[in-house]
Parts: sequence; C-alpha cells; structure tokens
Amino acid sequence: MKLADKIMTWARVKSPWVLHFNSGACNACDIEILDSLTPRFDLERFGIVLKGTPRHADVLLCTGPITMQTEERLLRIYEQMPEPKFVVAIGTCACSGGVFNGCYCIKGGTDTKLPVSAYIPGCPASPAAIIDGVVKLLGSLQE
Amino acid sequence: MARVEIPLGPQHPALKEPANFALSLDGERIVGAAVNLGYNHRGVEKACEARNFTQCLYFLERICGICSHSHSTAFSMTVEEVAGVEIPPRAQYIRVLIGELERLHSHMLWLGVAGHELGFDTLFMLSWRDRELVMDLLASICGNRVNYGINKLGGVRRDIDETVKETILKVMDQFEEALKYYISLATTETTLAARTLGVGILSYEDAVTYGAQGPTSRAAGLDRDIRRDEPYTAYADIPFQVITDTHADVFGRVVVRALEMVESCKIIRFVLDNMPDGPLSVKFPRKIPPGEALGRYEAPRGEDVHFVKSNGTDKPERVKVRAPTLANAASYAVMLQGNYLADVPIIVAAIDPCFSCTDRAISVVDNRSGREGSLDWKALRQYSIDWYRNQGVAFDGLNRKG
Repeated sequence: MKLADKIMTWARVKSPWVLHFNSGACNACDIEILDSLTPRFDLERFGIVLKGTPRHADVLLCTGPITMQTEERLLRIYEQMPEPKFVVAIGTCACSGGVFNGCYCIKGGTDTKLPVSAYIPGCPASPAAIIDGVVKLLGSLQE
Repeated sequence: MARVEIPLGPQHPALKEPANFALSLDGERIVGAAVNLGYNHRGVEKACEARNFTQCLYFLERICGICSHSHSTAFSMTVEEVAGVEIPPRAQYIRVLIGELERLHSHMLWLGVAGHELGFDTLFMLSWRDRELVMDLLASICGNRVNYGINKLGGVRRDIDETVKETILKVMDQFEEALKYYISLATTETTLAARTLGVGILSYEDAVTYGAQGPTSRAAGLDRDIRRDEPYTAYADIPFQVITDTHADVFGRVVVRALEMVESCKIIRFVLDNMPDGPLSVKFPRKIPPGEALGRYEAPRGEDVHFVKSNGTDKPERVKVRAPTLANAASYAVMLQGNYLADVPIIVAAIDPCFSCTDRAISVVDNRSGREGSLDWKALRQYSIDWYRNQGVAFDGLNRKG
C-alpha cells in the first residue's frame, strides 16, 4: 500500500460521515440510530457524524424494507454519494424484508437494490448492536 | 412577486421519515402547502388478512416503532371486544403502565426532536439522555427497547413483580427530577419562546374543522382525551388531569407535552400502588365469531382508531387503522400558512408526525389527468388479487407453512 493510500484509509476510518435513509421502516430503527448518536451510546466518538445530504456522506444507513415509492429515491440518493461508498442495512426489515415480506408494496430488503457492506439485524437493532456493526465495518475498511 | 414552488423531501435533513411537502412561497412567506404522503406505505392492512389474529397483533405492533404499544393495545382491545373476552384487571393495569411509559419516552423524544429542529441541539442531547431512563425500564419489563410485545390476546405476557416495581419507582424519582428542568425550560427559556411563540398557529375553530387530535388539539384549547372521554383498559379507575393550553401555537404544544409527562408519571405511580392481584391473561379462542368492532386509544400523538371485522375464521376479514398523524396532517395547510420558510421544520415537527403510522390511506391520484378518487373495497380487492397473480404469487398460499 502506498503512503497516500494509507493516509486516505486512515482519514476514512477516522471520520465516516453517515446519511440515514428510511426506505419504509417503522421508525424504531431510525430512532435507535439517532439514539446511538446521543450521549448514552455516543457513536460520535468514532468520528461518525450524521449528515443531511448524500454529497457529504460515506456511509448510507438504510432502515426498513424498500417500498415501491422509495425505491427510485433510494437509488438516486445512492448515486449522489461520492466514491467509495458503503451501505449498512440496519434492522431485520432492511436485512431481508422481515415481517413485511409478501406485502404488495414491498420490494424486499436493501440488498435487493444496493450492494450492502454490513447487516445489523434486530427488531429494532439495538444501539449496542449498531455500534458493534459499525466498528466491524470500520475494522474491515482498515484491512 | 412571482410565487416559487419548493419541494421539501422525501429525503430531507429536517425529516427523519420520507414525506414530501410542496410549498408555495411568496418571498419567504408560505402561501400554500400540499402534503404528499405514502412513501412508507407497506400494505399492512392487506397483509393482516393473510395472518391469524395472534400474528396480526405482533405484526401491527410494527406499524410504528414509537407508539407500538398503542397499536397493539388498540388492536387487542378491538379483537377482544369482537370475541367477547374480558381481560383480567391486572392485565389492564399493566397495559396502562406500559402505555404511559411509552408516552413518556415518546414525548421526551419529541422534545429532543423539537430542540433539534430549532437548532437547540443541547436540548436534543439532554432529553435523549434522560429518555434512556425510560427505555431501560421498558427493556427490563418487556425484554425489548421498542416493539415491546407485552400484549397478547386475552391479557399480557409479563408480570410486574416487587423488584420491578421498586426499580420503576426509583427511576420515576430520577425522571421526575429531570422533568422539572425540562418544564422550567419549556416555559421560561427565552430562545425557545422566541422561536415558538406565534409560530404555526392552529386556532380552536381550525382544530375542530380539520379534526386535529392529541397534544396538537389540546394546545388549541380543545379539551379532548380518549383516556377520560371514553375510558379503555383501566383508565376509568385512574385519576388524572387532561392538560390543555390556549396558546394554539408550537409553544403551546411544547407546554402541553411537557405537562402531560408529569401526569403520566402520576398515573404510573397510581397504577403501581393500586395494581390488583390476579391472573395475567385468560384463554383466548383461536377462531372468533363473526362481528366487528371499533377501538379507540389515546396514543402519544392523538387518537388511534382500529377497526376489525371478523368472519368466523382465525383470520380477520378486514383491519383498518387510522393513526393520529393522518388526522393531524390535514391541519398542516393552516399551520404553515403565512409562516416563514425557516419555521417549516419546527411546524412540521410540532404535531409529532409519524408517517410510518400514517401511510396507509389509499387515495388514487392520476397525475396526468389530475383526477382523484378512491377505490371501493371490491375494486381494491380485485386489484390486489390481480397484482399478486401478475407477480406470480398464489394468493391463497401466502401464509401457509411448509
């Protein structure tokens, strides 16, 4: 690995900025994501900051199954993110569609439309699980 | 000056859920607003028809991750009414207890979100820190932080024993101490008042006309609360005060929610002190006789209505959910009118919107012709059957095992 690459990786691992998109979730996972950023769990100590726009984000946090209405928007948001980009599926619904599988408006889990780097299951995924998943993702980026 | 149309959402930093607002602006003032919902529509009501009543209960709990107990209690109350099953008093008290804990965490969450929308992130961090007290309690009672799964048809699944009771009382002491700070903040903090006083006004008349509910309507002076007006579970025995305010703006909604938390703490203490002994649940039949019922529940955001129709099998024939945000969303048109664009996030947040609850209305808008209409039950049913067939799904085999 060249020195420049090493510096890039170091910078990336130290400050992954995240964007959160609810593609049809029930709110529980979304709240738990926000919860993991607040003082009790404090995900920000890993340099993670929640951003409002896909142009600033390195990691897309997806919650919920993909509905017919959000499908197109999700792809558009993903395309707007700069490379390299990672997708994390948070919650059972985002991992596989969960209980909503088979509903007429549901396209399935996040990985039916986007390449997913990390899956964090749970209904909802607890903040502890989210922190664990994020740390594992960061660990894999370092290699 | 020419009017400018600004689309807001579905992905927007101020909104945690996908919703789209088409705002019509004259300079910086809002002259018109249209709300487009449905990004979160998953087809929950239809899916219920392929599940039996017990599966429906836990499925409907996942309509919303904030007021999940509201939906599951409203559904179980309604189904129990159809089946003619009376649940034991202890179970009713436990349902009230969890419901009020849920109200506490929901209002704390809202206070934080409101702070965040105002640019007052310290309030967001502080209130979410103290909200964890309640979340820990819910986790220790129910085994899960959200989607508690404490209800079952015919009663509740878990008991409140002496040690749990002691823990709850101890946490309530801490929480009430923290609450004092938030109440003084909500009523006296000048920055909060400057951003919220006179913003997003919904008068008493408009609240009635547009059918606003919950804290949104109570902040406009509308004295209405299902817990008192049509008591369900154990609320008939419990003394509490319905909080109203006459500010009719965002400030009023902050005050109402802050003071409602105090009432919730009182209810929790009363419930713990007066919990009757007895069994936790009664046997519930797998198949329930044909019939229909309407259940009303005062969720943290307003009135949650569930309608269940059964046809004598173990699956409901029809389930209809009317979540409080749907009732409140209509009043956006009035609340946003004449305000500045910069105030949109807090006005939108002020009704405590929950679009995952709401996105179930079936209204068909033909974009090309602008024609709007609703499908009747028969046409909708036929549409869904055809749709499934086209997808290659055998309609009757959805829920069959193996």
